[in-house]
Amino acid sequence: MLAIYKREILSYFRSPLGYIFMAIFLCFSGALFSIATLQKGTESNVSYYFTYLLLSFIIVLPLLTMKLFSEERKTRTEQLLLTSPLTLTGMVLGKFFAAFTMFAMTLAVSSLSFISLYTYGHPNTAQLIGHVFGILLIGAACISIGVFVSSLTENQLIAAIGSMAILLIFIMISFISPYINNAWLRTIFSWVSLMERYNAFGNGIFDFNALLYYCSLSVVFLFLTVRVFEKRRWS
Amino acid sequence: MIKIQNLTKQFGKKTVLDNISFTVEEGEIVGFLGQNGAGKTTTMNILTGYLSGTSGSAEVNGINILDNPLEAKKLIGFLPEQPPLYLDMTVKEYLHFIYDLKGCTLDREKHLDEICEVIRIKHVYNRIIRNLSKGYRQRVGIAQALVGNPKVLIFDEPTVGLDPKQIIEIRNLIRSLGRNHTVILSTHILPEAQAVCDRMVIINEGQIVANEKTENIANIVDANRRLSVKICGPEKEVLSMLRGTDGIAYVETAGTFDKDSTTYLIESKPGIDMRKPLFYALAAKGWPIIGMESLGANLEDIFIAIVDKPRQTKPSKVQNRTKDQHAKETNFHAGNL
Repeated sequence: MLAIYKREILSYFRSPLGYIFMAIFLCFSGALFSIATLQKGTESNVSYYFTYLLLSFIIVLPLLTMKLFSEERKTRTEQLLLTSPLTLTGMVLGKFFAAFTMFAMTLAVSSLSFISLYTYGHPNTAQLIGHVFGILLIGAACISIGVFVSSLTENQLIAAIGSMAILLIFIMISFISPYINNAWLRTIFSWVSLMERYNAFGNGIFDFNALLYYCSLSVVFLFLTVRVFEKRRWS
Repeated sequence: MIKIQNLTKQFGKKTVLDNISFTVEEGEIVGFLGQNGAGKTTTMNILTGYLSGTSGSAEVNGINILDNPLEAKKLIGFLPEQPPLYLDMTVKEYLHFIYDLKGCTLDREKHLDEICEVIRIKHVYNRIIRNLSKGYRQRVGIAQALVGNPKVLIFDEPTVGLDPKQIIEIRNLIRSLGRNHTVILSTHILPEAQAVCDRMVIINEGQIVANEKTENIANIVDANRRLSVKICGPEKEVLSMLRGTDGIAYVETAGTFDKDSTTYLIESKPGIDMRKPLFYALAAKGWPIIGMESLGANLEDIFIAIVDKPRQTKPSKVQNRTKDQHAKETNFHAGNL
């Protein structure tokens, strides 16, 4: 697993992809931060910043995950991985953690902008930490979805668009939910909505249920990825 | 060392491997021969754990690849048809990655250094793989298979796409690797298998049709049946005389490559060596033979010899193949001129 992890991290920096992801993410987050907090005057609210940042995940996180398996399949290097003494779970986790590390590192860099909040005001530190923690969890879930979609195709573009479509549903569904009359549908929507469980973190509360939800979502998609490879072997 | 028993593989309704069984002893170099689509790659993919068979078993050193894939895979070094290279890495980074991936316990620097020495890639060790030629990429692919010093090496068409010099080098390399490893290599080129392998397993349409020592394979077919003969004489008359000669099954003109001679492709009837009778017949007419070459046997001859189908039953196929051969011959001679 460690070998795959190291290779993936290296490959992000060998191709323009890692830099493009970081540039887009930091541009987005910088601009959003400026608009949502610094330019709001006296009534700045970091929650807006994080909500908009979450929306940007629909576009930026698939950039990280689109190539993970699709490129291996296209260049036939997956044959090397699948014939090496390495478990499928180890292979999938190695790739997942590499993408997650890239995401977490970039988020850490973008979080430097919080320093300016302390310069101009008195932000609630617990709230900030809660937001960042929640964002990391949602990011992990989004990345696992991207990893799964990437294992389904050998075309990076299709992997990216597919992940974007699924993330769009998972993230936007909570915005649609209030307009639905049917209680059953609303319940189902709340199961898949990534935003639904995020609010507690934003209030600086550690919500164990939410932690469990996001972690299980990640595990489910990583498990499905392993199954994709199992199935391909038997087909 | 390797034991494949009653292995069957179906893709949907199509049976790609039909109940094949064979064994490979330790230290053998075995050629796995068959035309494209015969099932060579599928067998190799199952043996390396990339695919699973529909039924039957594949064992490496007594370990079933399905029951204990990690242990079995540790014993195998595999070079797929297309070398699995990460083009953005240097050779050094790539081999270090493979070393980690296989969880080797040998002394890292010493082991990789030895491999580079054997494969002769030391001078490109710090170059990015993307910038290497096809021959070197193939070598790096072989180097990757050797990492961890596995007992069994499996090469899927290791010389495809290489130039003649590189082909000879890779063949020699495989030959030398065979001293310390059990090697299986697949190919669709008969002379290649003859040059490198101790034994040949020939597969056709998913079934094993022969499993013989290399020296016995040549006995199966009559290698002197097809001749390319350069004759000085009037083309039409030579052609009609040849067609009228007993023992000749098929004649055609391959082309005129110099002023006074024409090259003919001659195929004799099974079991007849026409070289001497041709000489006497043409000498009697006063048409000197200035070149004669046996075109040897190809895989199809072996299939036909083994499956025992008379050639005449498939006239169109013979015709087509001879035309292909003709084209090859033309190129061959044109290259000489």
